[in-house]
Amino acid sequence: MTIAPNRSTSLPARRELSNKPRLSDRVFRGVATGGGLSSLVILGLIFIFLANQGYQVLKSEGFGFITGSNWLVVQDNAGITDLAASEFGIAAMLVGTLLCATIAVIIAIPISVLCALYLTFYAPQVIKRIMVALIDLMAAFPSILFGMWGFFVLMPHAEYWARLLHKYFGWLPFFKMDVDIFERSPFVAGVVLATMIIPIITSISREIFSQTPLDRIQAAYALGSTRWAMIKAVVIPYGRSGVVGGAMLGLGRAMGETVAVYTVLNLVYQINWQVLIGAGGNMASMILLKFGEAGPTEIQALMAAGLALFILTLIVNSIANIIVSKTGSKGR
Amino acid sequence: MTAKIPEVKAKVKPTKPWAPTTRERAVDIGAILLAILGTFIAVGLSELKGKLAYAGVFLLLIISINFIQNYLRSGIAAAKDSIASTFAVAGVLVTLLPIVSILYAIFERGKTGLKFNLFTSDMKLNGPNDPLNQGGLLHALVGSGIMVTIALLISLPIGILTAIYLTEIKGLLTRPIKFLVQSMSGVPSIVAGLFILSAIVFPITKTPSGLMGGFALAILMIPTIARTSEEVLLLIPEDLREAGVALGGTQWRTISQIVVPAAKSGLITAVILGVARVAGETAPLVLVSGGGDAVNLNPAAGPMGSFPFYIWKSFTFGTPESIARAWAGIFILLLLIFALFITARLLGGDRNKK
Amino acid sequence: MTNSTEKETTPSSLSSVAAAAASKKKQSTGAQGVGLEARGIHAWFGDKLVLEDISLDFWSGTVTALIGPSGCGKSTFIRTLNRMHEFIPGAAMAGEVLLNGRDVYESGTDVTKIRLKVGMVFQKPNPFPSMTIADNVLAGLKLAQLKVPNKDDLLEECLLRAGLWSEVKDRLSAYGGSLSGGQQQRLCIARSLAVRPEILLMDEPCSALDPGSTLRIEETISELSSSMTIIIVTHNMQQAARVSDYTGFFLSDGGPGQLVEVGATSDIFSRPKDIRTENYVTGRFG
Repeated sequence: MTIAPNRSTSLPARRELSNKPRLSDRVFRGVATGGGLSSLVILGLIFIFLANQGYQVLKSEGFGFITGSNWLVVQDNAGITDLAASEFGIAAMLVGTLLCATIAVIIAIPISVLCALYLTFYAPQVIKRIMVALIDLMAAFPSILFGMWGFFVLMPHAEYWARLLHKYFGWLPFFKMDVDIFERSPFVAGVVLATMIIPIITSISREIFSQTPLDRIQAAYALGSTRWAMIKAVVIPYGRSGVVGGAMLGLGRAMGETVAVYTVLNLVYQINWQVLIGAGGNMASMILLKFGEAGPTEIQALMAAGLALFILTLIVNSIANIIVSKTGSKGR
Repeated sequence: MTAKIPEVKAKVKPTKPWAPTTRERAVDIGAILLAILGTFIAVGLSELKGKLAYAGVFLLLIISINFIQNYLRSGIAAAKDSIASTFAVAGVLVTLLPIVSILYAIFERGKTGLKFNLFTSDMKLNGPNDPLNQGGLLHALVGSGIMVTIALLISLPIGILTAIYLTEIKGLLTRPIKFLVQSMSGVPSIVAGLFILSAIVFPITKTPSGLMGGFALAILMIPTIARTSEEVLLLIPEDLREAGVALGGTQWRTISQIVVPAAKSGLITAVILGVARVAGETAPLVLVSGGGDAVNLNPAAGPMGSFPFYIWKSFTFGTPESIARAWAGIFILLLLIFALFITARLLGGDRNKK
Repeated sequence: MTNSTEKETTPSSLSSVAAAAASKKKQSTGAQGVGLEARGIHAWFGDKLVLEDISLDFWSGTVTALIGPSGCGKSTFIRTLNRMHEFIPGAAMAGEVLLNGRDVYESGTDVTKIRLKVGMVFQKPNPFPSMTIADNVLAGLKLAQLKVPNKDDLLEECLLRAGLWSEVKDRLSAYGGSLSGGQQQRLCIARSLAVRPEILLMDEPCSALDPGSTLRIEETISELSSSMTIIIVTHNMQQAARVSDYTGFFLSDGGPGQLVEVGATSDIFSRPKDIRTENYVTGRFG
């Protein structure tokens, strides 16, 4: 038997592996695809409708909508809002949003990461199971509960902590205080938001840490490593970016939070970078506050602000999700 | 082949020589006691005061004691390890603190307002400031039930279809859609409220209603249901699908009659988690549901009350009676969420066992 | 042998066979007595006994191969030797492992010190991907907080002994993951050597590698064996015959794994005493 040396000329034509689905399957696939596309459609509709409502305000304010820090509704004698004379700038809300969310993330990250490390590498099985259930439950607490707890239970403590911060770190510009009122500050709101996002960051970090390749962990232990040395050499390099992603998801949640901030923060429409001064407000809480007494034009401005919040959280969440899913799949 | 099995083997008992011995435990407890003692002495003698001082001094002392002890026994690496362990435990305690504090606050502050009339009457004839034995949250219970049901009716098919698309169809768009679903779960709740206002309430109905509240909740519920269902469907073994197709079933029949039934308890868990996620959403309902004080069974017309709105309204009213109402309301709401969670866990545990 | 008299009735008396065989060999290799003794090792996962009453002596400066079909407890056994066994949830054990005469499971023993003396190379090459080649080799020093006078010398020495120096000396700052599988495994061997272990455990170190890389690793093992005790688990009987001085044959008849026979490698392969060993080494089963 010899092999005919004719491969250059007569490569057989590829047969079509036809796998044409039946009609019922095609209908089914269509319906499921439609369902799958719903998230795209909904996100698109949110953008379109909010943009449609906010369009006039955005057009009138231009770039000042982002940079301006005044929210001024001017009405003529007939009670009709004068769009040209009114000022709608969301800079104050943006600053408030970033400030509160940043405080929350700074407080939450170390606590969450330590907690996740404990649950993954230290905890006995029983404690681990109980804690995981509790943290899951905490993640499902309604935000109004955090708000009320923050207002009635946490605030007195947080006020005391704020005084200490001022006493010992008052020389730092953002801890400066001229008056002796430490209530309802962005610091308090940040602490409440931190308690809200600790379960989120903890469970994502825990998931990432538990995916650390076992062979690397064992390699470190086999080299005479202590638990902490192993964590530093193996777990942290592996999970670092995942924790960053988890923290950004927490940031997104903190930026979009409405009721908890509304409850504990003294909502004042001004740019305030001072952590301890009782004034500020994030976008969501400001929108809720202004909505009650808003006329048609102001509502349009609030819709535009909602659009800005939507885009902002979408960007933060998208980056976070990309980071988290990459950590899960790649080897390093 | 069995000739050489010795008869004495039953004598040997399994041991765990690596488990901490009584002596090591005693040393640990001794260190803690010593740190407590030291804390009281240090705080008593210095001008430090307050719980924070106690906690801080204690943390410092326990770290130093463990550090020195481990350093003397096993060297610097073990000493560093002991610092890390102490911090890890501290991290868990700090996480536990708000959970315990919140649960305690709900119980302590909620119990005064817990009256039977909460479940029998609404606030049609009563203000939030009225004595606690008048009025109730029946309207909130009914309203939340109706709105969550509406949200569920919308988001259940969409969510599960999305999950099926992601796990079964695996089309070109799988990755982008997975990404979009994740992003959607980060949409702030107030944005969902604004969207329903701008898309339906302003152009069409002009007035808020329970139906609008249900729509807003649905937007928040879809990603939760879709993501949880996706995880559940991914757990169904691939050979089940292949078996279905190999038996000559169409993909539709395989999925609808084999895959989905196999994942049933998991899908119910997904639904429960979705409900728990939105049951306490306040911001969108304040915007779109109208928040009535009377029982309203018609979602299409008239304002409709809800748990979060009832709590919100009572809380912002600000008198002792109304705040007691708010805590009682949140007590019951959390009990409901708790019950949903336990059900989901039981079903989930059931699934894992199979 | 110290313990051979008291356990005459159990298969552990086999270790006296090993000892006898070894003492013959001892003069020829010039080794320095027993480095590691396993006495009556049992191991459990949960309620399941997976390893029953293994007693084995490992002589300094020799290579011992452990052979046997999959699932007979060879890997579990060597993991009890450096206390890696205890990382598996539900694991339990009984027996003693004497390192220089002291039980490594004695309470109060610092387990990290044990693992420094008893190094381990795993089945799959597992360099730390976030570290460079040089950092990988020296990782053990950092992890265990050891001080050495001259890191560069140690680095070169370990890579030389692992037979990797000539291949990587120009790219010591490249990441460990950039090497081929066989090079990665030799990097892992170099990493184990850097903390100067007395004993090196190798758990099927070549099973994930191609024949060429396997040959290189075997050369490395031969070179290392003059200066340390090596215990290698392998599926590959030719490998056991090529690299080892002694061979132990493990078998499980569905129950816990047992040590069937141990002796000089040449005896095990040419004149096995037990029919089961003969069946296995001649390829009749397993």
